[in-house]
This record gives sequence, structure tokens and C-alpha cells, in this order.
Amino acid sequence: MTFVEIKEQAKKVWDVLQTSGKPLITIGTATCGRSAGAMAVLHTFREELNKRKVEANVVEVGCMGPCYAEPLVSIAKQGHPAIIYRNVTSERAVELIENYILGSDPMSQYALGTVGAGSIEGIPILYDSPAFLPQERRVFRNCGVVDPTNIDHYIAIGGYSGLVKALEMTPTQIVEEVKNSGLRGRGGGGFPAGRKWESCLVIPEKEKYVVCNADEGDPGAFMDRSLIEGDPHALLEGMIIAGYAVGAIRGYIYVRAEYPLAIERLQIALEQARNKGFLGTNIMGSGFNYDIEIFQGAGAFVCGESTALTLSIEGKRGMPKVAPRPRTTEVGIYDKPTLLNNVKTFAFVPLILNKGAEWFAGVGTEKSTGTAVFALTGKVTNCGLIEVPMGITLREIIYEVGGGIASGKKFKAVQTGGPSGGCLPESLLDTPIDYDSLNAAGSIMGSGGMVVMDEDTCMVDVARYFLDFTEKESCGQCIPCRLGTKQMLDILEEICQGKGKPEDIDFLVELGEAIHAGSVCGLGQTAANPVLSTIRYFKDEYVAHIKEKRCPAGVCRELITYSIDNVKCKGCSLCIKSCPTEAITFVEKKKPVILDQDKCIKCGTCRDICKLDAVIVR
Amino acid sequence: MVTLTIDGQEIQAKEGATILEAAREKGIEIPTLCYHDSVSSAGACRLCMVELTKNNQTRLAASCLYPVEEGLMVKTDSPKVMNVRKTAMELLLARCPNSEPIQDMARAMGVDTTDLDLEDEDCILCGLCVRVCQEIAGVSTISLASRGTKRKVAPPFEEASEDCIGCGSCAHVCPTGCIKIEDIGDTRTIHNWKVEFKMRQCRECGKYFAPEAQLDYLSETLDLPKENFELCQDCRVKAAQDV
Repeated sequence: MTFVEIKEQAKKVWDVLQTSGKPLITIGTATCGRSAGAMAVLHTFREELNKRKVEANVVEVGCMGPCYAEPLVSIAKQGHPAIIYRNVTSERAVELIENYILGSDPMSQYALGTVGAGSIEGIPILYDSPAFLPQERRVFRNCGVVDPTNIDHYIAIGGYSGLVKALEMTPTQIVEEVKNSGLRGRGGGGFPAGRKWESCLVIPEKEKYVVCNADEGDPGAFMDRSLIEGDPHALLEGMIIAGYAVGAIRGYIYVRAEYPLAIERLQIALEQARNKGFLGTNIMGSGFNYDIEIFQGAGAFVCGESTALTLSIEGKRGMPKVAPRPRTTEVGIYDKPTLLNNVKTFAFVPLILNKGAEWFAGVGTEKSTGTAVFALTGKVTNCGLIEVPMGITLREIIYEVGGGIASGKKFKAVQTGGPSGGCLPESLLDTPIDYDSLNAAGSIMGSGGMVVMDEDTCMVDVARYFLDFTEKESCGQCIPCRLGTKQMLDILEEICQGKGKPEDIDFLVELGEAIHAGSVCGLGQTAANPVLSTIRYFKDEYVAHIKEKRCPAGVCRELITYSIDNVKCKGCSLCIKSCPTEAITFVEKKKPVILDQDKCIKCGTCRDICKLDAVIVR
Repeated sequence: MVTLTIDGQEIQAKEGATILEAAREKGIEIPTLCYHDSVSSAGACRLCMVELTKNNQTRLAASCLYPVEEGLMVKTDSPKVMNVRKTAMELLLARCPNSEPIQDMARAMGVDTTDLDLEDEDCILCGLCVRVCQEIAGVSTISLASRGTKRKVAPPFEEASEDCIGCGSCAHVCPTGCIKIEDIGDTRTIHNWKVEFKMRQCRECGKYFAPEAQLDYLSETLDLPKENFELCQDCRVKAAQDV
């Protein structure tokens, strides 16, 4: 079949959903939706609609972005814009069926916003709302819209036309377009993608490979996972174009084994792509032969490092190669030229070919063009996945898109770049998001993790947390990282336990700088960043821990005491029932309870459960 | 030949040589722990790091791996290099505070004590034993098992090695002497790999001179008759002289 025919067929499938006259109900069942209970909601919709003999199309889609509002359900009735409902439960599902699908009450109190032409009274337009207005969903445009297990959806709304266009261009032309777009590697390194593609293209070798780094090891990062779960074909199309552009024979997607749903979606997508002739021999009649294989990781953060990753694919031990070493584009898997890029980097390419390099660079900054995807998490009101133009400030992200600090607390710091990144304080909130500005501020862009911290976060504990992670994940081949991260961690643990010494701060800086200069790979080289940045901007907290044996944020267990506010406590006993060590005893009704310090393990359960704010933590 | 500058001294080096080899040939000292000229280099201990400058760009690199380049400027003792070297040494001293070779090396570098938390190991995980067993003996009985701070040299699953031939090459290259080989009577024991070997007696002088396993392995892999392996080293030399 020609692409024109394939697209026509796909459009029929898609149009049936949009114009059938039946309500179209989409439910976000990516991992975030599932963990919020989306599968039960899906089941309820199917069952209840069936029971009532209501004809409707119920489709599972990926994550739209606002994970704080999961499970998300979109209901589109003919002639009306789709309404996105938030935090839908099975009970709410029944209400929506009875009141909106069968009735005409859109239940605006449950709605997040509308999408599509037209408006509904009482419900804001989703993309005009404060959390969405600053965003520009480009690479994530299909997530939450298409059924990721149905390639026809992707094709109908423009998918694979980038590949068709690419096959009519020469490899050099494709690489030029990617260069002109200014696209920089979205895995965190920010290396100009076009230049990397070119350096692989020019090598006169028949056996070349394309590898997608979908290891996503940063704790708290889920951008790549969501893209693969919600729109796997965006990645595939990008990788096929890349294969054609550099002259590769095969592509590999190195995906961490801890992403079973993403792996499943990829397997389905690959099969469907092969069936349509987008993968395999003589792709779309171009004579280009190429297929893609999934390779699962085995639980090592260090295998997200490009040389360790390529070794892992070869079945060897995933340990980074020691410099000097040739670039992966020259010597990669099986010692052959290998183009290695992050998931998002590949996924941008079909857009760049379809809409042009100028369109891509039309947003963003001069040196960091385009949009960036972040997993905005932590103490913000609106946690989730966001896609914003480069150049937007941290303040805009946190206070507009993120909706500010949750529970009215005070902002303290924002951490970007995962365990390789740094923590930036309030004074740097107007830093624009771009590779160079973040580097200058003492952090890094990273692959998109962004954790917001408030007054209840202890910055020393944050440094300790990241070092704990890095120390466990160190491959162990070089002394600075293997022994150095352990020593830094030990010192930080002692500081958190009130055993810190005055000379520790300077020593941490010295040790950190030596580990940075001496380590073999990026893991070791950046391991000290969380420590160095928190010492730089939050030194007073370190000093308080060391000199005063005090944790200002009330986090470090050895340094805090829980006590009962005898004025506020009315003896309701909620805390007594919840205390895991039975450290609280009842006195009498209306009288404050008594907390036994010796039994208290400072777990915080009583503070969380108390409705009168009568638990003091100092 | 390649011309480069090391610590201000212009030297000529063979193409393909590493900076470490070129420096040592000219008597320029660069400390190492995980380097041995009989096996491949790993660049793991980071003690041999030097500062390289070329085309106005400066960076640090492991001299045991970096090949000499025309016009390269090398500094073996710049402040950055010394910081890394001393830190690596101090980290090692903290891991092996009771190892004399490590104490000596540290002292020579000006690292007398450390305030870091102390362990009590004697293996520095340089990997030389692993590499010599793989590359010279060709048996690969041991490897650097486990990841990160749990890394240790061990036979598979830390069980008694099935492939060890008892040649003792590992002990020979170990910089800290932590591989213990005990030859008592007709038995050799290598405690670290939990192996014991029966030694062969010299046909001539009666001395127990090498494990049977090692000699049989050599005769097989070198395709030489077993009779060639019945004399100890001394008696073999004598026999050759008498011919």
C-alpha cells in the first residue's frame, strides 16, 4: 500500500471515533493513571455503559500531563468540546454517565477544562488555564489524545508523514535540517544533535547502528516513560528517520526493565509499524532496510551512560569506558559507528521535518531552541509532566504551571538534573531554563527532572539522599567515585545525625572537587553536585546541623524532638491509635496526651494525622 | 617519533607509547598502583593522572592510557593533578590503613594521616591480578565481582575456583601483597581463591617446584610433551647447560 492509502485507511478509523455521533470517552491509563486507579474507572465506564445499553467509544490513552489530576477522563459529546474531568473515581464515573452522557449537566465541578472548538459554560478552556497557558505541547502533543496501541490514530493525525518526507530527502539534507533546528540532546548533555548525526553520517562504514537511551535512571524522572507509554510511534518514527539519515542497519531501544508498560507498548508499536511497512526491508519502497529491537536494562543507573549502555547491549558488563576513548559515533556497539540519543531527541525529529527547522527554533532561546519537557514534582500544587519553551523562568514554571507551593508553604529550593544536578535557591528563581543559564547557576538541565522543595525540606538531607543514590549506583571501577562517594555520604550522614565537625564543610568541598576532576565517567564527575550546590546556597543549614546540632527544617531524626502542644491538644486520641511504637498515652478526655520521648521514633505519623496541628516538631 | 613536553622538558617518544611509558623512560616519576607493564592498562586508580594542554585546551587524563601526541604539553604535578592524586591516595589510605605498601606510598606523597572513616582492607581493587590471570595465564579464574562499594576480587560466586592452576601470577603482580600463597611440603594453598594444589616433585633434586595443575595446563596449551615439565627451574637450567 502507498502511504496515501495507508493514511486514508487510518483516517477512516480516527474519524469514526470523532464523528460517529457516539460520545468519545478517553481514559488516561499510563502508569501514572493506573497508580491513581484508572483501570477501575475504565472498567466502571465499560460496565455501566453496557448495563445502560449506551453506545459510546471508550479508548485508553496516555498521560496528558497533569498527573495531579489523575485519573483523567475526557468525555466528548457530538457538537461539544471534550471535557477533561479530574480525579475521577468509579462513583464519579457513574455520576458522569448519568448526568452528562445520558443527561445534559456537564458537572463542571468535576471538570479541569475543555479541549477543542466551542465552549461550555462554567468550564475554563484547558489550554488557557494558568497551568497550561505557558506550556507548548509539541513532542507530547499526542499523549492523552491517541490510543498508543493503535497506529492508525498516530497516522491519521500526521504520524509517519515525517518519515515519508525524509525518504524523499537525502541523508545530508535531513542532517542539515536537524542542524538548523538547533536541537540539542535532551538526555541532559545538550550536545547539538545535528552535529552528532553528521559525525556519524560521514563515516564510510556499512554497518552502523542507532541506539535510543530510554534508561531514564534519574529518581523521580518519568518524561521518557510517559512519552513511550502515550505515543510510542513518535519515538519509532524519529529513530527510523535517524537510521536513514546516518545509514544504519538496525536500531536498539535500551529501556530500563522497570518500565514494563512502556516495553509492552513498544512491542505492540513495533509490530504495527512493521505491518504497515515502516520497518523491515525496503521501507515504503525506498530500498532502505532497517528494523528496531528492544533491549531491556538490568537495574543499573550507570548503564544510562552511553559507553556503559553500548557495552550492555553487547552483553558485556555495563561499566563506562575509560578515557581516552573514541566517540560512540565512531566506535559504538560492536565497535561500529553508533548514533545514540535520548527518547525525546528522536521524538522531536519527525516534527522538525514536517514543520521545518525554523518552526522548531521559533520558540526557545538562541542557543537552546525549541521546547523542553520536565517532570515537575515535589512540593508544588500541580505535579506532572510539562512541556515549555526554553527560556521560561523557574519562577513561571513553579508558580504558574506548578500552581505554587502546595499547602501554602514557603518555597525553599528547586532541584534540576537529578543526582547530577544542583539545588537552586529563591534568589535564582528568575533564571531562564536553558542549558547554559542552568550551568552557570551551578546546576544542569539534565533530562528533565525538576523537584521543588519547601521550608520543610532539609537541604543537607537532600544532599545525603542523592549521595546515597550515587554511591549505590557507582560501578566501582575508579577510586575517586567508589571510595569518594562513600566517604562523602558518611560525612553527610554524620552531619545529619548531629555528629558533624566544623571542618566537614570545607572538606566536603575539597573532596567533591577531587571526585569531580578524577572520576572516569559522568556519574562520578557529577556525584558531588548536590553537595556542592547545597553548600553554596544553603550553608547556614549545614552550619546549624554542625554547630547547633539543629535541623532547621525539622527533618533529621536525630536532631529533632516531637512534642505535644498542650494548649491545642484536646485528647482525641487519633495519634495514639496511629503511633507505631505506642509512644503516646491517653490521660483523660479534653486533656492533652503524653508523648514518651524514649519510645518516639520521629516517624511523623502523629503530626500527619493530627487535625488540630497540636504536634510540634523542633 | 613524537615530540612532546613533560614538566617543561621536551622529550622524544615512540609513536603509540603512552605518556606514562614515555615519562618513565626519561626517568620522570609518575606514581601508579593499577599499572603493570605485563598487562593492559585500566586507568582505575587515577594516581597517574596528568594535566594535558593542547590548542589552549586543558584537561586531566590518565597517563597510563593516553597516547603521546605531537606538541602535547604535559604537567605531572599541577595543583589540580596533585589534588586528585592526594585525594585518591588518602581515600586508599582510609581503606587500607594497615597496609605497609599503601602507608609507604602515601607518606611519599605527603599524605601521612587521614580523618576519613577507616576500613581495614588490604586489597585496593587495582585489578592487576584479574588482568594477569586473563591475559598472561589465560585462565580467567577471578574477576572484579559486584558493583560499587561492594566490589571485590573473587572467583565466580565466591566459591572455590575451579579453573585456577595455582601459578601464583596474581600474587606476583599484587602491589599490596594481599594474595597469600602458602607452599608447605607438597601442597600449595592460595587462601584468597580457596584452592589447594598438589605440587610436582623435581625428578632430579626432589624439590616441590610447581603445582601439577599448572604444569599440565602449560603442556596442554603450549602443546609440549609432559616430560618437559618434570624438572624444577634450577635443574632445567643445569640440564640445558649440560647439553
